[in-house]
Amino acid sequence: MKVLEAIGNSVIRQFAYVGGLTIQFWSGLRASRRVLPVVGKRGRWRTAMRQVVAIGIDALPMIGILSACAGFILAIQVAAELRRFGALQLVVNIVAVGFTRELGPLVTAIVVSGRSGSAISAEIGTMVVMNEIDVLRTMAVDPVEFVLAPKYIAGMIAVPCLTIMSNLFGILAGAVFMYFSTDMPLTVYLKAVADAILLRDVFLGLLKSSAFATIIVHVGCREGFKVRGGPEAVGQSTTSAVVKSTFLVILADLFFTAIFYMVRAE
Amino acid sequence: METPIISVRDLTVRYGSHRVLDGVNLDVVRGEVMVLLGGSGSGKSTMLRQIIGLERPYSGTVHVLGVDLNRCSAQELKAVRRDMGVAFQESALFNSLTIEENVSLPLRELTTLADPVIEIMVYIKLAAVGLGEAGKLMPRELSGGMKKRAAVARAIALDPEILVFDEPSAGLDPIVAAELDDLILFLKHTFQMTILVVTHEMASADRIADRIAMLYQGSLIAIDTKEAFLASTDPRIRQFLDRKPDRIAESTTVQQRMREFAGITVGGK
Repeated sequence: MKVLEAIGNSVIRQFAYVGGLTIQFWSGLRASRRVLPVVGKRGRWRTAMRQVVAIGIDALPMIGILSACAGFILAIQVAAELRRFGALQLVVNIVAVGFTRELGPLVTAIVVSGRSGSAISAEIGTMVVMNEIDVLRTMAVDPVEFVLAPKYIAGMIAVPCLTIMSNLFGILAGAVFMYFSTDMPLTVYLKAVADAILLRDVFLGLLKSSAFATIIVHVGCREGFKVRGGPEAVGQSTTSAVVKSTFLVILADLFFTAIFYMVRAE
Repeated sequence: METPIISVRDLTVRYGSHRVLDGVNLDVVRGEVMVLLGGSGSGKSTMLRQIIGLERPYSGTVHVLGVDLNRCSAQELKAVRRDMGVAFQESALFNSLTIEENVSLPLRELTTLADPVIEIMVYIKLAAVGLGEAGKLMPRELSGGMKKRAAVARAIALDPEILVFDEPSAGLDPIVAAELDDLILFLKHTFQMTILVVTHEMASADRIADRIAMLYQGSLIAIDTKEAFLASTDPRIRQFLDRKPDRIAESTTVQQRMREFAGITVGGK
């Protein structure tokens, strides 16, 4: 009986979490209008741009290096297999398609979740602990609009941009590999890449990455707003922000990939 | 008597089965300084959070400026909050913003004033609390007393009718605490504000209060003018006024236990 109770409890808790996240998502969406330039509230857009720098530009070196590594690893791994069939030129296709559809968005999401998801939850958690969120509420300022919405807009801008950069670095790493293993010149490589990927792949990758951005920002904010107590609760919130957002990102990735696959198969 | 500006009726707050506030009634009249006294755990912070509309009660009502905080529309609540400034205990300044930006935040958020006007208003508010020159500093560069004054400047940025202080003198030395008391009196006289101060500092209450209310274990045991309160004979109030501990630990017992403890440690070696 105890076991059943525990399972039931945890299931209810998961549902409550998803419910809270959904409510937050809608209020965040409503508040996002106020962040846009010209039509929105003054100052919000500037806050959002500052966040774009923090989430996007500051993450660029890390995304670049990691994507290049991942692209190189992918090329080496598949080359070992493809060489046996004498189909080494297919490495180009695999790297190009693999990155635009899958690895680019995923590598970006994992890096952003580790860098910015944790930073967001720590920032908001500290604001909760220091009563700053209460101050906003007593000032009749909506914390979701003031804190969450600029970060959400920033994430929706920065993460797809980072994904494009990640695709670029990953594919260029493939070029380096092909140059050294088969003396394939860069121009030939790029032409092969252009033949291999469809514009649709790129767009679907970007669609996925904006879904990942939504997950990362909202989970980060949710964990931050949930903080009660002292500094150690802030620490726990950053950990669970990273763990939960990475988990949900991969779930969402599976979901999207399956949908795209089914749509294409028809 | 005119209608009270803050009116609390039969307010009961429970956390689980524990009653933090038990049927509290309190009226604050326009233009007075009401001090809400109470020891640790008396429920005074909970009461403050109810009055500023951060938490919902189990039962009872809180009316501020004639609006029921728990049954009004979002628009009405927003209007009430514009008319009520809150200075929190730990000052709660936004650490990532300068003092000026902190004070200008309510102006930027809730008004459509032009930037130069906001700048002037911010300077006036900062000057009113004696921080005219500190606008460009970050909160971490200020002392505890200055931080609290900056928080007051932020609370009065929109010229509220009601100002609420949570433990204004907590963590301050007596001189700075007295300066803050003077600031409260200054605000009352200059801006005709209604001020509610939640504190456990009797000295501060004595300086600023027009009326004093005292919470004891979740119930309001006295609401009276300062003079009548100070002359009260209620043992619970006298204990508070005369700084008597609840239960005096016998010093000989304590000494003996410490000696035992030390003896055991030494003997164990």
